Amino acid sequence: MNAVALALPGRLARGNTLPILVVSACFLAFWYAAAIWMNAGLIAGRSSGLDAISFAKAAWSLDRPLLPAPHQILWELKTSLFDARLGTPRNLFTHIGVTLSSTLVGFAIGVTLGILLAIGVDRSRALDKSLTPWLVASQTIPILAIAPIVVTALGSVGLKGLIPKAIISAYLCFFPVAIGMAKGLASPDSAQRDLMRTYAAGARTTLTKLQLPASLPFLFASLKVAAAAAFVGAIVAELPTGAQSGLGARLLAGSYYGNTMQIWAALIAAALTASLLVGAVTLIERLALGPKGARR
Amino acid sequence: MTPNERAGPAIAIRSLSVSFTTPEGPIHALQDVDLDVTPGDFVSLIGPSGCGKTTLMRLVADLERPTAGTISIGGLAPEQARERRAYGYVFQQPALYPWRTIERNVTLPLEVMGAPKAERRERARKSLEQVGLSGFERRFPWQLSGGMQQRASIARALAFDAGLLLMDEPFGALDEIVRDRLNVELHELWERTGKTALFVTHSIQEAVFLSTKIVVMSPRPGKIVEVIDASSLPRKRALELRETPEFLEVARRVRDGLRAGHAYD
Repeated sequence: MNAVALALPGRLARGNTLPILVVSACFLAFWYAAAIWMNAGLIAGRSSGLDAISFAKAAWSLDRPLLPAPHQILWELKTSLFDARLGTPRNLFTHIGVTLSSTLVGFAIGVTLGILLAIGVDRSRALDKSLTPWLVASQTIPILAIAPIVVTALGSVGLKGLIPKAIISAYLCFFPVAIGMAKGLASPDSAQRDLMRTYAAGARTTLTKLQLPASLPFLFASLKVAAAAAFVGAIVAELPTGAQSGLGARLLAGSYYGNTMQIWAALIAAALTASLLVGAVTLIERLALGPKGARR
Repeated sequence: MTPNERAGPAIAIRSLSVSFTTPEGPIHALQDVDLDVTPGDFVSLIGPSGCGKTTLMRLVADLERPTAGTISIGGLAPEQARERRAYGYVFQQPALYPWRTIERNVTLPLEVMGAPKAERRERARKSLEQVGLSGFERRFPWQLSGGMQQRASIARALAFDAGLLLMDEPFGALDEIVRDRLNVELHELWERTGKTALFVTHSIQEAVFLSTKIVVMSPRPGKIVEVIDASSLPRKRALELRETPEFLEVARRVRDGLRAGHAYD
């Protein structure tokens, strides 16, 4: 026995790993149980002579289960990511790429718009009073209702493919950015602002030397929300149009043909991509703001 | 007559009044204030809360506007003086920008004023040296104690070499030991640089120790009760001065002035 082996149980108990593992194990156990229960009807006809173990095995290995078992989803995920030829519609990377590209374009538009709106609202009281209620109201419209309208309207004027989806993404992500950024621009205290006044600094200098740097932590918090929202927006925008590619299209096709494994695989691919997106923003935040210091 | 005196007062305030309207009626923050500050003077404003000493300071800095009366700063209106960066202002809080290093906090006014980089660094080095913060250039504000942060903010006010220093209770939030030390350092700094200083404080001891002139103020309405001359005390001062009869005499006069202004009622 060495020190590391002795220390391991203690470290597990203190850290986050153990709780996460326990929860994951419970979740998986529940899933496998649920898969037996939900798929029972599909094997009912030929289940008469089966013992419990064979019954479970059968329920976990159906071609078209109601609820696929986790290992089936992983297998499907692996097949569609790495076995299907790259660049073809059978490969999931193709769909991730399609959705991700409109997400990123929409994110860029939405973030730019959000920042500009926040600066405008911060600069001008009139703009604040006239615009803010509209911004809030815009978020009360359900995205599922407005997405088909936007997509078909833009389609009728010849805008198809990436742009309409990017616009839905931008629509979803400008708001958290505008709100967070407005809060950040207003965050410097009165002494920090008065200081700029004593230097006879103009509005532009105050913005670049004080307000923008002060708002960065607020901006990054919003960007994480916005990145996830933009991704959801792109998927939702793929649903009503009968798009041929993209994660949304893949989800829709899966549900048309009752291919639950394809749905789940696409879902998990979507979740992983969204996590990577938020992770990328977090990484940029670390690089921009320093490890944890500098800004506290 | 020294050249300073020939140049006229550094600050001349004439029948200055400020009032705010509130739902409960007008509040006279300052009423009919007259004050002259000679170049090279260290003038303290002392009085209980609400006597308008901070307001007076902010009016000189053009951070607020008077209702009536005039202020002249070396012949300029406060707004012109501010636009010409005629004064350095030190706030009660250090008001350092947390994302900037100490050095870049000190060079901030120079950046705003468009000084070239080499000059900014040289001036930052000098003013950090003046407040005893050499070697802390690369640190961030949160890595410094409260006293050191306030020294950095003084260095920032010194960086662009304005002739006038406006200090609004800069040591108000510090403990007494740190405060004593900073008082000595500020005194030496003033003594060495010959700057004109206007200094707001709650502390009689601090006011007498630092000042050549002490302006005693009273509240409701804010006005000047008495201007006490402390130039009888030696120009070079150390903390021991505070135990001398001369010091205690000036402090007694300040206390009497505060009492006459009903500060202790």
